[in-house]
Amino acid sequence: METNSSKKFYEVLESKGVSRRDFLKYCTALTATMGLSYSLVGQVAAKIEKAAAIRPPVVWLHFSECTGCSEAFLRTPDVGGIILETISVEYHETLMAAAGEQAEKSLHDAVEKYKGKFLCIVEGAVGTSYNGSYGKVSGKTFLEIAREVIPKAAATICVGSCSAYGGIAAAAPNPGGYKGVKDAIGIDTINLPGCPFNPLNLLGTILKYLDNEKIELDDYGRPLFAYGETVHDNCPRLEHYENDEFVEEFGSKEAELGYCLYKMGCKGPETYNNCPTAKFNDATSFPIQAGHPCIGCSEPGFWDEMTPFYEEM
Amino acid sequence: MGKRIIVDPITRIEGHLRIEVEVEKGKVVDAWCSGQMFRGIEMMLQGRDPRDAHHFVQRSCGVCTYVHALASVRAVEQACNIEIPENARIIRNLLHGSQFQHDHIVHFYHLHALDWVDIVSALSADPAKTAKLSENVSGRPQNSAYFSEIQTRLKTFVNSGQLGPFNNAYWGHSAYNLPAEANLMASAHYIEGLKLQAKAARMHAIFGGKNPHPQSLVVGGITSVRDLTPERIDEYTQIWKETKAFVDEVYLPDLLAIASFYKEWGAIGGNNDAYLAYGEFPQKKVDDDLLLPGGVVDASLAYAAVNTDKIAEDVTRAWYEKGEAKHPLSGETKPIAGEVFYNTDDKYSWIKAPRYAGKSAEVGPLARVLVAYAKGHDHVKKLVDHTLKTLDVGKGALFSTLGRTAARAIETVVISDAMEGWIETLKSNIASGNKKTYQPWTMPDKGQGGGLNDVPRGALGHWIDIKGGKIKNYQYVVPSTWNFGPRDSKKQKGPVEKSLVGTPVADPSKPIEVLRTVHSFDPCLACAVHVIDPHTNQTYEVKVI
Repeated sequence: METNSSKKFYEVLESKGVSRRDFLKYCTALTATMGLSYSLVGQVAAKIEKAAAIRPPVVWLHFSECTGCSEAFLRTPDVGGIILETISVEYHETLMAAAGEQAEKSLHDAVEKYKGKFLCIVEGAVGTSYNGSYGKVSGKTFLEIAREVIPKAAATICVGSCSAYGGIAAAAPNPGGYKGVKDAIGIDTINLPGCPFNPLNLLGTILKYLDNEKIELDDYGRPLFAYGETVHDNCPRLEHYENDEFVEEFGSKEAELGYCLYKMGCKGPETYNNCPTAKFNDATSFPIQAGHPCIGCSEPGFWDEMTPFYEEM
Repeated sequence: MGKRIIVDPITRIEGHLRIEVEVEKGKVVDAWCSGQMFRGIEMMLQGRDPRDAHHFVQRSCGVCTYVHALASVRAVEQACNIEIPENARIIRNLLHGSQFQHDHIVHFYHLHALDWVDIVSALSADPAKTAKLSENVSGRPQNSAYFSEIQTRLKTFVNSGQLGPFNNAYWGHSAYNLPAEANLMASAHYIEGLKLQAKAARMHAIFGGKNPHPQSLVVGGITSVRDLTPERIDEYTQIWKETKAFVDEVYLPDLLAIASFYKEWGAIGGNNDAYLAYGEFPQKKVDDDLLLPGGVVDASLAYAAVNTDKIAEDVTRAWYEKGEAKHPLSGETKPIAGEVFYNTDDKYSWIKAPRYAGKSAEVGPLARVLVAYAKGHDHVKKLVDHTLKTLDVGKGALFSTLGRTAARAIETVVISDAMEGWIETLKSNIASGNKKTYQPWTMPDKGQGGGLNDVPRGALGHWIDIKGGKIKNYQYVVPSTWNFGPRDSKKQKGPVEKSLVGTPVADPSKPIEVLRTVHSFDPCLACAVHVIDPHTNQTYEVKVI
């Protein structure tokens, strides 16, 4: 039974060039990602409708990053527009029209106006050497900004491995003394690591958060709904692993047959993420499907712990 | 002494950029560019496995995703004497081509357009007149109902009181010249472009597993052999077609329509002595028969081949320890180990200052288009001449903020068109049973390699020195380093600093005009903080055609 508000919601969607079919297809993928059964698709769609009416404020901070996680966020399929209008992005350096003093004003206004209510999303690592001198915005170090803004947020989500654990910026020898947000300022965060993270996991997290649902996390701050199993657990090539059918050289017959990449250095068995089921870019593919071993990019310290990438574990 | 204005953060770019300008009598008389973040990826690479380098360097930037990985595998392949199979070269070209398509569309609509397009003014446009305008300029006219819907959507958004990313902007600024209808048309395409770019990124996912940071390149070729099926190639082709149609029917026409109201910007934001391109898209072997040629031109369009011996760099004004100029193969990156202080009279940036023949050189779409034009590249010449004729401006207008932004659209058309042939070759190879995508090889004990190529933001080079099968040294020279570098020991400004001089600033508290020129270079600051230390003792040859 369609309510008036949901009817209106679909009208709005249509006006944005998103068909109901597209939207439901998207919600189906999202529902699977959130670890829910197919029968709950309608409920997930209802959550997004509800969210669209609230538009909770979001402050997105950029520290030591490559902007790949903002780009990943923009790749949310079909509904980039909805995502931008489901939440209210009060501050986001890549997207916002204002610059300089006016941008600073937007940040300050949002943090004060929505104190204790805004969702803080962080992209990039925080420099701690030399008083955080290796990274600044508007003359303030990332460390100062993190200490100033993050404690005022209702919750903080670290997107990508850099904000979660330091990522590439923290790879040895780590000249800037970069760390993840929690290690840098001692505040608990929800971590969505990956290089980049999967935008479906962000949307799933936001929806659960808006629904006041308790988000179960693992020891590294990762939501279990997305990071509860290894890449290996759900790998479409798992059967080949069990049958001892391995690729031992790229370009070989075995590679063409889609055999297991374990001997090529695949880190899937030690990597917690839902890449094989959620996939990327509207479920187009994920690295193993493209014939490349998993590099373990959602694990803490993977640039040092998981390398050399092409050596068997 | 004029008034100093600092714009920090520069938004709608990649990374952390601080721009300072001095304004006198309503014009910029001096400028300083500062990169505000240092990670030190080259330092991290030392001692690691050369096969891993491309994963590390790809993380220089998630906007310029893929391009550093490509440059890196090419450098390692040269060092290890590997010749990749034709299919691998074609797929790498296709991934690179779709990167250009995606990157340039996002730049124009989502990073640059709001410098020219007043979204608030679009609220008062007449949808029927907008449809008329669309009929006159667009290759894909849209009707009044469409524009009316977009306008309603914008109004709802504004009336919600939560302006989000559109808060505190320069709406209503006297420098906005577009009539309300053109603002509405462009705003509609901002929204369309948002949807299209998500789709265009799927081209990377098809042959690369994901985007950003595709993961199918390896030293020796590519791994996505199972995606070389007629169905998968067709999936790619459909998205390429849709993206190309958007480029031809929406992007280029929008560019021309918007530019026609901003012709004065054809005389602002130039000032550079040299325009440098390495060239890109090998259509035979790895560095042979490039779609876009390499070369150096000056403001008179006099062409010369690139001579890498003429590249030198300078660290006088950057936050690094003093060191002699060295070739990238022995170059060093030594950040000051301590707190760094911004001082425009001394050191003020993490970016170094590369120079060509002693002068700063601009790289990027404008450089590539000028070099191709000077070499008589048919397709480029046709499009450039068409652009100049449509706007009724002379060749001098190319050397400007307007020319730079137009060049980006022009090359997107050229590259999009060329991709068709690559798809066809790939298809016929596969149909004939040739699915070879990888060349087996063994790691030498030592080797040196490098490669010059061209990526959306300009000329790029990676250099590697392998010893004992490990990376002894790795350096790369990045487009935004060329463009956004600071002054050198002779006090010569970098390209962006020079380009900003003469820019009008109507209201120092709202320097939108400064953003226009800065954004026209499509800054990527995370990339820019890398180092080149070349000198004249070339130890290997890099071919530039």
